[in-house]
Amino acid sequence: METEVKKLNIDINEEEKKARELINKQGLRVLVCNGTGCIANGSNEVIEKFKELGADVGILEENKKMVTVPTGCHGFCEQGVLVIIPDFDITYVKVKPDDVEEIINSHIKDGKPVERLLYTDPKTNLHVYKNEEINFYAKQSRTSLKNCGEINAECIDEAIAKGAYRALSKVLEQNNPEAVIEEIEKSGLRGRGGGGFPTGRKWRFTAANRGGKSYVVCNGDEGDPGAFMDRSVMEGDPHKLLEGMAIAGFAIGADEAYIYVRAEYPLAIKRLRIAIKQAEERGFLGKNIMGSGFNFEIHIKEGAGAFVCGEETALMASIEGERGMPRPKPPFPANCGLFGRPTLINNVETLANVPVIIDKGAQWFSSFGTEKSKGTKTFALTGEVNNTGLIEVPMGTTLREIIFDIGGGIRNGKKFKAVQIGGPSGGCLTEEHLDIPMDYDNLIKAGAMVGSGGLVVMNEDTCIVEVARFFMHFTQNESCGKCVPCREGTKNMLKILEKIVRGDGEMKDLDTLEELALAVKEGSLCGLGKTAPNPVLSTLKYFRDEYIAHIKDKKCPAGVCSALKTYKINEELCKGCTKCARNCPVGAIEGTVKNPHKIVQAKCIKCGACIASCPFKAISLV
Amino acid sequence: MSTDTSCAINYKKVDDIIASIGAKKQNLIAILQKVQEEFRFLPQEAIAYIGTKIDGLSPAEVYGVATFYAQFSLEPKGKYEIKCCDGTACHVRGSMPVYTYLTQRFNLEEGKFTSKDGLFSVETVSCLGACGLAPVVVINGKVYPQMTTDAIKIVIDTLVAKEQEG
Repeated sequence: METEVKKLNIDINEEEKKARELINKQGLRVLVCNGTGCIANGSNEVIEKFKELGADVGILEENKKMVTVPTGCHGFCEQGVLVIIPDFDITYVKVKPDDVEEIINSHIKDGKPVERLLYTDPKTNLHVYKNEEINFYAKQSRTSLKNCGEINAECIDEAIAKGAYRALSKVLEQNNPEAVIEEIEKSGLRGRGGGGFPTGRKWRFTAANRGGKSYVVCNGDEGDPGAFMDRSVMEGDPHKLLEGMAIAGFAIGADEAYIYVRAEYPLAIKRLRIAIKQAEERGFLGKNIMGSGFNFEIHIKEGAGAFVCGEETALMASIEGERGMPRPKPPFPANCGLFGRPTLINNVETLANVPVIIDKGAQWFSSFGTEKSKGTKTFALTGEVNNTGLIEVPMGTTLREIIFDIGGGIRNGKKFKAVQIGGPSGGCLTEEHLDIPMDYDNLIKAGAMVGSGGLVVMNEDTCIVEVARFFMHFTQNESCGKCVPCREGTKNMLKILEKIVRGDGEMKDLDTLEELALAVKEGSLCGLGKTAPNPVLSTLKYFRDEYIAHIKDKKCPAGVCSALKTYKINEELCKGCTKCARNCPVGAIEGTVKNPHKIVQAKCIKCGACIASCPFKAISLV
Repeated sequence: MSTDTSCAINYKKVDDIIASIGAKKQNLIAILQKVQEEFRFLPQEAIAYIGTKIDGLSPAEVYGVATFYAQFSLEPKGKYEIKCCDGTACHVRGSMPVYTYLTQRFNLEEGKFTSKDGLFSVETVSCLGACGLAPVVVINGKVYPQMTTDAIKIVIDTLVAKEQEG
């Protein structure tokens, strides 16, 4: 293809310089995390307090003024509200509105850091000042999440100052879609939504149908429970996503795009809307972008709560206003997708990696990761670890590094038992897998998958059979009902798991469970059904003895399954304070004041409220 | 407050919503979302009405879409909509005792999710993406982090007291 270099009417370097000057003029920047997690912890109140007290801060020679910048998610949600002052190279954690005055008076005015608000390393018990020295951040390399937590997502200049739209400007200037596709292919980027399909190849397939109307669709229907990286990108650095989409649109010859965002993410929807409007006003989206003649319009579609819509054909049906049900492939979306036109569907994180690949080159990107899985991957680290939150590490990082270095180990000194990777489509891995380098292929080999990147860590108190039941309940609930193997298979698998958890299981149930699992895996129409049995299969493989304990010994080794346990009050320890009886939601505890109480087992629903309420530790599980 | 699902509705409002979003089949989900926001649920009349107002749709198809997505409710929701997150992270950190507490406090029978006085509705959702704060409960959009049975009791007590004060 012969291409001519184009002269653009916007000089992005000039724009970047101007944006930087604007930011420098702001003075001392106080970054307050304003992601969903920190908002729940009161970040809006902290921001208000800073604004209220910050006006008259006449401090520091160079910094005449102070400005509060609400940023996207910084990832360390557990320690919210996070306050970062980059000029002082300091990170404060768990900041409450009442702490703001002290930060301003002691640190900003007097230069004395407020030690009690610093992060304390659980291993050394020492205060940590610098962000990059906090164990949670030390081993990360943030690419797609880079700006999240550093910029105000609702202000386009902040993004431009960090290099937003530089990559788009580059491709429009060079005016060679083929070269863009080649660069993405060379980078080795693979789909971050779960499947790991090579992104460049997908672009090439769609670009082959260039000529008529085609679409770019961004899959922001992050339905996997336990994963929230896409939410963070959309909330924290929306321009990166928009830029990635525009580059994709240019490469495949599309002029219209949709972002499908799940309705559970209202803040992401709001910030994307603002970002699209600002980008259009500045000429980075819309008609004749930067004077190149390339048009690209992005719409937002709100989902309505259906997990299966994360599957690409179901997602397109949902955008068209129908029930979100998948259809057989082929035809693939690259040939016949949205409204019957060629369509490129990529996940949020995949698209967020595009600008940096174009900007820094495929070679830079592929210097991270393993041989077949390049770049970095975000993981949502949750469950029973000390540091929960969102992380980004090079592909090939081991689970041990993630859980014990970044995650700071298991909470309350408990023992690691398993980690569930990839949500309801993934599997449970055990101690023996802690040292395998995590990439697409190694995880598949171990019986799990990268999936969306949810990592839920479980300790010795987690019942694996109950977790398998939990996932099966989820997929059964979310099965759309179109194909029989998934609809009926998941239902029957769930029935068996419920039976085992109830203590009514028989040994032959395990065989049936395995047989059904394979049938559902083989026979289902879409990814939901094909992967639904994974949690069951992997737990049967690695924790079979726990299933057997439920079936043969009628015992739950973790002491979780309520049908297999009873609550008892120790008469010697009970002081008859009546607190348990008052807290029991079903009135199952009898007794008079100052006399030992008793639990009526027939009424007890085994909720555990009494254990939590007893001040004398007189109630226990037997 | 009545929990009757067939009541006379203000069709003018439905018309306005359709007009503001555009009477196109691809806008159906957005229209239903707005209608639900307006009435706090999808009244049967509105479903049938939308089906006749948009080309290419029938009331049955609208009903099909309305019942497919978890977000839509054909029953009125409570004044306080309580969403108990039961995603993986919340589940392993104990979301179920919190949920059980709520269903018992409001005497919700199997299959019912709104309290008799219409004040509270309780449902589980699969993941709100606030896993770092597990387990979370969301009440009318406000996120309550790290819930326990004791903590949720205080939250509900406060709301009930607020209602009684009027």
